[in-house]
Amino acid sequence: MPRKVHVQTTINGETVEYLCEPRQSLLEVLRDVLHLTGAKEGCNNGNCGACSVILDGRLVNSCLVLGAELEGKSLETIEGLADPDQLDPIQDAFLENAALQCGICTPGFIMAAKALLDNNPNPTEYEIRYWLAGNLCRCTGYDKIVRAVQDAAQTTS
Amino acid sequence: MRAFEYVPAKTVAEATSLLAEKGDQAKPLAGGTDLIVMVRENRRQLERMVDIKDLPETNVLSYSPDTGLDLGAAVPCHKIYADDAISAAYPGLIDAAKIIGGTAIQGRASVGGNLCNASPAADTIPPLIVLGAICVIAGADGSTREVPVEEFCTAPGQTVLERGELLVSFKVPAPPQNSSSFYLRFIPRNEMDIAVVGAGASVVLDDAKTSIVSARISLAAVAPTPLLAEEAGASLAGKEISDDAINAAAEAAQAIARPISDMRGTAEQRTHLVGVLTRRALNGAIQRVKEA
Repeated sequence: MPRKVHVQTTINGETVEYLCEPRQSLLEVLRDVLHLTGAKEGCNNGNCGACSVILDGRLVNSCLVLGAELEGKSLETIEGLADPDQLDPIQDAFLENAALQCGICTPGFIMAAKALLDNNPNPTEYEIRYWLAGNLCRCTGYDKIVRAVQDAAQTTS
Repeated sequence: MRAFEYVPAKTVAEATSLLAEKGDQAKPLAGGTDLIVMVRENRRQLERMVDIKDLPETNVLSYSPDTGLDLGAAVPCHKIYADDAISAAYPGLIDAAKIIGGTAIQGRASVGGNLCNASPAADTIPPLIVLGAICVIAGADGSTREVPVEEFCTAPGQTVLERGELLVSFKVPAPPQNSSSFYLRFIPRNEMDIAVVGAGASVVLDDAKTSIVSARISLAAVAPTPLLAEEAGASLAGKEISDDAINAAAEAAQAIARPISDMRGTAEQRTHLVGVLTRRALNGAIQRVKEA
């Protein structure tokens, strides 16, 4: 059995150290080692986006990153979005627009929306739909999600 | 996932020797969007992943209108299309980099990985081929060799890479005057899909932009490897731009396609698509020269 890897990294602004097996994905490390269970396992092969996180400023699927790759990097997850007493404007917009039903895809959509708005504060509907194409939702039919992102863009810009 | 060892390489020499030690039990890791899935699904068993994405040589992204583009094998798609000068010089490559997977995939997936994965349907390979890109490969003995992209894939999932060899970067020639490129694919959805057929074209026009000086055409998902449709491209050299010339080139491209029927499409549909997409790729590249 290969030795565990020691990783020091930054997660949601805090320095974090952990040990992981080389074969453990970042998603597994987040959920099973660090108990940050916001990122969800959907397909585990990069199709559904339920595990979306922001790594060094880029949206990635945490199921397609190894936990061992995080050394010296900076990670943002859904857990880092809200202040203790205030939700992020994107989270508020998802609630106000009822942009979720079962909720499994929601953390991934919100992280993808955050990466979009960090990058492009005033996206068109077309840009929103293409940017979110890697996030699948089987409940809402997407319209409410797109409207929530449009609302969040108006609030934050 | 079965256990393997993860080793981040600090130099190209270290990477090639780490790969050579384990032979086919080791693989280089760049974006991981294919490799991690293959290992997880037991389609590939490995003792070692060698992370090569923090090497200066695999991260180079430098373009000059005189010498062309040096593109590191581990550079993710999003960095390529974020560069305005590269986007203007090689629009066919950008067409492909923007349609591989979704945003999160493009945040990690590299053109080098797309080539090494050697899928017949890989989107970035036809544009690399029509742009005349050359692979720079490092060997475990410290040597370097160069292979044109059209000779790199040998079968589905198979490449010319020998034990210990690492694809380090691509050299893409500077685009000639009055030239442009285009890539498109047919998929039944709008995004997040794998090409049923893909076609890339590059053209060089004369100063009047009424005749074709030279052209290259490449096809994806119609043979065990991506194809350079050499005769189809050559048939356009010296021809005035016309529907007849473009239709003849598209027919020549159809003649070399040897597609299979599978869940994505039938051989008959694919052959038909080669004609349609070749025409569109050529017209798209010509239009870009005219609009420049």
